[in-house]
Amino acid sequence: MTASPLPLVEQFQRGLAAPICLTWELTYACNLSCVHCLSSSGRRDPAELSTADCEALIDEFARMQVFYVNIGGGEPTVRPDFWELVDYAVAHRVGVKFSTNGIKITPEVARRLADGDYVDAQISLDGATEQVNDAVRGPGSYRTALRAMSNLAAAGFRDFKLSVVVTRQNAGQLDEFAALAEEHGAQLRLTRLRPAGRGATVWHDLRPTAAQQRAVYDWLVAHGENVLTGDSFFHLAGYGQALPGLNLCGAGRVVCLIDPVGDVYACPFAIHPSFLAGNVRGDGGFTRVWRDSDLFADLRRPQSGGACTSCSAFDACRGGCMAAKFFTGLPLDGPDPECVFGHGEAALAVLAGAGGAGGAALPAPSPDHSRQVRPAAPARLPRPSGPVPVTIGRRRPPGRACDEDPLAGFSPGPPE
Amino acid sequence: MSTEAGRPAEPFDLDRPWCLDQRVAVRPEPFGALLYHFGNRRLSFLKDPTVLTVVRGLAEHPSARSACESAGVTAQALPAFERALATLASSEMIHRRDGR
Repeated sequence: MTASPLPLVEQFQRGLAAPICLTWELTYACNLSCVHCLSSSGRRDPAELSTADCEALIDEFARMQVFYVNIGGGEPTVRPDFWELVDYAVAHRVGVKFSTNGIKITPEVARRLADGDYVDAQISLDGATEQVNDAVRGPGSYRTALRAMSNLAAAGFRDFKLSVVVTRQNAGQLDEFAALAEEHGAQLRLTRLRPAGRGATVWHDLRPTAAQQRAVYDWLVAHGENVLTGDSFFHLAGYGQALPGLNLCGAGRVVCLIDPVGDVYACPFAIHPSFLAGNVRGDGGFTRVWRDSDLFADLRRPQSGGACTSCSAFDACRGGCMAAKFFTGLPLDGPDPECVFGHGEAALAVLAGAGGAGGAALPAPSPDHSRQVRPAAPARLPRPSGPVPVTIGRRRPPGRACDEDPLAGFSPGPPE
Repeated sequence: MSTEAGRPAEPFDLDRPWCLDQRVAVRPEPFGALLYHFGNRRLSFLKDPTVLTVVRGLAEHPSARSACESAGVTAQALPAFERALATLASSEMIHRRDGR
């Protein structure tokens, strides 16, 4: 043994030569308009990276030995050069996992995907029933996702991902999601609803209750390594046992986001000028942003736990998610808004008392590519017999979910 | 010095020839290295530069033991390296060159 090296998690907090988990959103364009879209997607940005820009970036990933990228959007598959870029990445030994609502996953595409090792697909679905899903993701989105899953299953694509953002409306459907995944030979992935992008607007209506949060944690503990979480529930570690994964905020340390115009953000949930580290088109490219940007250097310094330092659970949850705090108006060195001990709720109540509920003082999603024209009202559901599960006060037209998240599919086992 | 790729499924045979799987990429890091297997999409960590030297040398040595010795691993330290290699074998990062 060498002389007591730092624990791995501490090594990671100091940053790595290249990200482990890099999310790359290829376009802000999307055929859907999900109410909780992290990137406020809808319309393509005219300044999006060209095919040549994207290929140059993939060359850079290859040089840095970024093992794989999580491609999202928007809906990445609506880019006309999407498959070309996937092929380019694979040819340069950069693996791809792409997140999609399933719109382009035809039987032919599914067969092609099933043939290769280097490409993984992740289908987003936010309700185990059409009613629950479509209220959030829009009319027809359930059927689109299920058709894509059936096509992948029929093509023999094993272990693609079924990715679910846990909400108040679907938190009671976890067993149904697991059954859906199993039926299609897929692996279930559950992630946390973040109050980022348009998700900030609907967060209070969609987020699980405290009791549901506990039930989700217990369910995850019971299902262990079989369910992926992208490390997104580390704020629940205060309940006791840590969930599988690194259980740390990887922002700027092991994780980052490149958006469609080449801006590099600390994490996929922090698309806001406050977390913008640079642009891949700048001098030195992405490599320089990752290795030398002031913001990432800051994030890699030991962080102050602030009000949380004296808490018995601080070593477990590390104060939770930076982006969740930021977009709910809480201080970054205080508790997560969904702190298991209720410290976040208390802080939110103080904020609400001071500035009005979910008030205008909160950071706005920025940039915002939501469509200007409101799409068909998602409240018109195919089966009006049951109660409409969500009533969401939209401030702007909805967009699409890009539920990418740090350390997606990453389960290294418990750090020593 | 260890890896975190899972539990060894069977004892590791130090006296056999081993090599890194062709589908594994190795990225040096300040603490050692990260390994990624493109086939099973698993990530492993080498928490020590010496184990990185051992892993990289496997293919050129008649046995894992000889790769360890060549990297300067002492007899005392050998059991720890054996455990690390067993973990890497169980996650298919390395495999035997002589079939079995």
